[in-house]
Amino acid sequence: MIGQEHTINLGYLPLLDAAPLLLAQELGFFSEAGLKVRLSREASWANIRDKLCAGTLQGAQLLVPMLISINLGLNRVKTALTSSFVLNQNGNSFTVSIALSEQLRLVNPEAMASAHTSVLTMKRLIQKRRERGEAAFTFAVVYPYSCHNYLLRYWLAAGGIHPDHDVNLVVIPPSQMVAQLQSGRIDGFCAGEPWGQLAASMGSGHTLLSTWDIWHNAPEKVLAVHQDWAAQHPDTYSALLKVLLKACRWLAETSNREDALLLLAQPQCLGTEADFLHWGLLAGKHNFHQHSANYPWPAHMAWLAAQMLRWSHLVPAQLSGGFLNDIFPAGIFRTICVQEGLAVPPEAAPTLVGYHAAPWQCGDVSLGADRFIDGIRFDSSGISEYLQQFPISNLPGT
Amino acid sequence: MPMTLPTESLRILLLDEQAERFPVMEAALTAAGYKVVGKVTTADNIQAAVERTRPDVIIADLDSPGRDTLESMQALNRKQPRPIVMFTNDGDRATIQLAVESGVTAYVVDGMLPERIKPILEVAMMRFHEYQKLRDELELTRLQLNERRHIEKAKGLLMKRKGLDEDKAYALLRRMAMDRHMKLAELARSIVAAAELLE
Repeated sequence: MIGQEHTINLGYLPLLDAAPLLLAQELGFFSEAGLKVRLSREASWANIRDKLCAGTLQGAQLLVPMLISINLGLNRVKTALTSSFVLNQNGNSFTVSIALSEQLRLVNPEAMASAHTSVLTMKRLIQKRRERGEAAFTFAVVYPYSCHNYLLRYWLAAGGIHPDHDVNLVVIPPSQMVAQLQSGRIDGFCAGEPWGQLAASMGSGHTLLSTWDIWHNAPEKVLAVHQDWAAQHPDTYSALLKVLLKACRWLAETSNREDALLLLAQPQCLGTEADFLHWGLLAGKHNFHQHSANYPWPAHMAWLAAQMLRWSHLVPAQLSGGFLNDIFPAGIFRTICVQEGLAVPPEAAPTLVGYHAAPWQCGDVSLGADRFIDGIRFDSSGISEYLQQFPISNLPGT
Repeated sequence: MPMTLPTESLRILLLDEQAERFPVMEAALTAAGYKVVGKVTTADNIQAAVERTRPDVIIADLDSPGRDTLESMQALNRKQPRPIVMFTNDGDRATIQLAVESGVTAYVVDGMLPERIKPILEVAMMRFHEYQKLRDELELTRLQLNERRHIEKAKGLLMKRKGLDEDKAYALLRRMAMDRHMKLAELARSIVAAAELLE
């Protein structure tokens, strides 16, 4: 049978968006498909990367920009990975300390009304603090090459705040965020839910926004595997993605929600209270399947690459030669849709992002809203022109 | 004329979630002529510790979530020092494999020659390995002690209930274990558990 020849080791971090992997294991979907999968709980993204490079893991849950950073060796460690499956969209929020939320309200009583007013108020507060000679705010994200980082940067810059000059951005593991917010070491953090909910429920933080407010339906995590492994075991790889698709569809059924939360709450999964995970799911607007969320949309990857260019985490030459299409191919996903009798997105995927405030129809499939907070639209066929319009960036000559 | 090497010893920062390993590591590195300038866990302010102690090398426990903070100092923070993971050569799979197996990795300040780091990493890997062995041995001893305690207790129960002397009780226990294809300790544990249930 498929995959019986070897055990597939997949790495993950104990986060809510590892749900498709954890549930596929708990519900026995992997074994039903004849796959021997061992899920390996890891302590850091750095560990996942190292174990992928060492060959201890065949694949892993990854932050979407890590697919770019590991393939290019941006942290000096490099291996060839491929991904054709998005595990979820959205899921993160930005939470600030109570002290910072009070300062924002002092500047503008309506500061918390929306993600627009909060960032414009933040800009005024930063100016006032600078005039008074007070220290810059420190905000934490979970990893440099993460949607958390790029979406927080997008929001700050949309409000006129330079993320590298006007605030101090640091990286802290999610499990430490609440403690460090309480101790006053950081003034805010962008992390996956339920961490924001935890800070709020303990009275030590105020959740200012969900990253949904910055970009509707941003891809959050992918399942990536070694390019070599995928090429050598095409049937096993295809079976693995089918199981994940099944788990995502199961998870999307409202009637399964309660069971899913109870399974995920178990100590061998996330070891958290089910109620708490429920709040996290709602607050983070996690989307595991609806509106073709699992499809590897090339324009979404291109938008993240554009952000990496904008902040000088990449140079254009690193993206040459169809690099993004090579690491994020849609072909296998399209074949799976046909085999499973699901609607297949059009062959020529849309290059435009940011045009829809509500779900929309693209050929035979329904897609989710994809607007950005500032209403600026993105065309993946013209990245450098797109980037020219932003007054705040680290691009040469700005 | 041969070039003179800098004589001051390299400065090392330790990142480890098992704080009880700090003294072992510090002693070993000091003995090898290095200077341990700081010891942090993930709960500490790692970035501030790096900025304050300005280490040449950071030895990190592979299972420390704080590794992601170290990684970010290269990409996010433009201030010196900028630690980078030590696998500087593309495709240096052997070193990464070694690190993954030994549970320890290193970060170096950009520009440091790999030859200067290798001996430190060797000391660290050896100590990590020894420490793990010690822990495993302790665990084994604890298990064996538990087993012996259960056997003693089961023997006592048999002596009391059946009015046997110590040797006869032990012989009975062994025969029961053999009949049931069980390990002596296993049988003893179930006898003790059953007795507790009936009390």
